[in-house]
Amino acid sequence: MAEEKQKIKMAVYWGAACGGCCVSVLDVHEALFDVVAAADLVFWPIALDTKYQDVEDMPDGFIDLTLYNGAVRNSENEHIAKLLRQKSKILVAYGSCSHMGGIPGLANFSTKEEIFDRVYHDTESTINTERVVPQPEFEVAEGVLELPVFYNDVRTLADVVEVDYFMPGCPPQTARLVEVFTAIVTGAELPPPGSVIGAGDKAQCDECSRKKTENKGVKKFYRPWEVVDDGETCFLEQGILCMGPATRTGCDFRCIQGNAPCRGCYGPTPDSTDPGAKMMSAIASVIDEKEPVAIDKVLDDLVDPAGYFYRYSLPSSYIRRKMS
Amino acid sequence: MAFLCKWCSYTGADLAGTSRMEYKPNVHAIRVMCSGRIEPTFVLKAFRQGADGVLICGCHPGDCHYQEGNYKCLRRFHLLKRYVKQMGIEPERIKLEWISASEGKQYAELVNSFTQTITELGPCHIKETMEVLT
Repeated sequence: MAEEKQKIKMAVYWGAACGGCCVSVLDVHEALFDVVAAADLVFWPIALDTKYQDVEDMPDGFIDLTLYNGAVRNSENEHIAKLLRQKSKILVAYGSCSHMGGIPGLANFSTKEEIFDRVYHDTESTINTERVVPQPEFEVAEGVLELPVFYNDVRTLADVVEVDYFMPGCPPQTARLVEVFTAIVTGAELPPPGSVIGAGDKAQCDECSRKKTENKGVKKFYRPWEVVDDGETCFLEQGILCMGPATRTGCDFRCIQGNAPCRGCYGPTPDSTDPGAKMMSAIASVIDEKEPVAIDKVLDDLVDPAGYFYRYSLPSSYIRRKMS
Repeated sequence: MAFLCKWCSYTGADLAGTSRMEYKPNVHAIRVMCSGRIEPTFVLKAFRQGADGVLICGCHPGDCHYQEGNYKCLRRFHLLKRYVKQMGIEPERIKLEWISASEGKQYAELVNSFTQTITELGPCHIKETMEVLT
C-alpha cells in the first residue's frame, strides 16, 4: 500500500494587480478539486481569510510554491514580496505585472507627485479644499495609523526579490498554469532558476495562423476600429498594429483567435532584451516609404508609440521610466 | 557613442584618421556591417550605460551595400526619436547622418558639431535615474 501522497503547500498573492491573475487560478474550473487534492492553499487573500500574521508565523521555506501576481507599487507590496520570498521554496512571478511591470507599470510615465495631484486634487469630480493627501503615518488619539508608502517607480517582482520563475501573461493561460503546477507536484525536473516557464520560445508571428505574404509594406496605420478586418490576413499587413513580431507564444493566440491584434502581454522573445525596442525595429521594417517626410507622415498614425510598444513592459525596459 | 557602417561611414572615419584630420575625441566609434543592423536596442542600451548622445552613420540613400539597409535605419531613427521624446529625453541626443567612404572631412566636422550639440545639452542623466528606484 502506497503512502498517502504528501500535499504541497501553495500561496497566491496579489501586489499591484487587477485580480485577473487570481481569477485565472480559479479558471481551472472543476480541476480545482485536483489542485486542492494535491496542494494545501495556505495563503490566498482573494479566496481565503488568512492574515499577514499567519504568513509571518510560518517557518522559513514552509511554502513549496508561491505565485506572486501584480507589480510592486508600494511598501506593502514590497514587504509581502520579501516575506513570501523568505517563506517559499519556489517563488513564481505570475503574470505580466510581476514579470515586467504590466499595466500598472504605465504609471512610470508619470511621477508620484503628478499622480497624487491628479487623483487627490485635479480630477473633475474631486473637491479637496483642504488639500488632504494620504500620509504614511498619522497620529490620532488612539495611536499612530499607518498606510503603505506609495513609490515613485513601479517595480517588477525581480526588482525587489530573487525570483525563481517567470510565468508571463495577462493573465497567464490557465492551461499553462495546470502544466506548470502538474510538473511541480509530480516532482518533474524543473528548468534552471530565472527561466521563463509556461510560455513558448518563438515569436507569435512564427506560429500565427493568419495569412502572411512576403510583400510587407505599410503606407498607413489604422486603429482597429478604422478598418474592417477580413478575419484572415496578417494584422500588420492590413496596417493594424500587432505586437506579434516581438511577443512570445504560449497564450494559444487568444486575442488573434478573437480577431484582435496581439498586445504583447507574454513579453519579449528569449533573444530580445527590450520588447518595445524590438517592436520599433519590426514596425520600421514594414513601413513602405523612403523619404523622411513620408516616413513621418506614416508615423503620425502611431498616436502613442511608447505606451503602445511598452504597454506591459515599461518597468523592465532599458528606459524604465519617463525622465523628468 | 557612434555606430558606423563598415562600407561607407567607418571607411570615411578611417579616411579622416589617415588624413590626419583633427576632431573632437569625445566619440567612441563602433563598426557594424550596415546601418540597417543598428537596432533601437543598441541606442537605448548605450544611453542606459551612460552615453550622452548617439550618432548613427550609414551610406547615402541609394548607396547601401545591402541595397535597403540605410532606409530601414532611417525609418527606425524617425520612430526612435518620437519614442525618446515621449520618455522625456531630448531627441537631439540622437543624430543620423550619411557619410560616404570619401567624406572624411564631413565626418570630422560632424563629430565636432555633434559634440558641440551634446555639450550644450549637458550630461544625460539616464544612467543615474535608471539605477536608483525611488
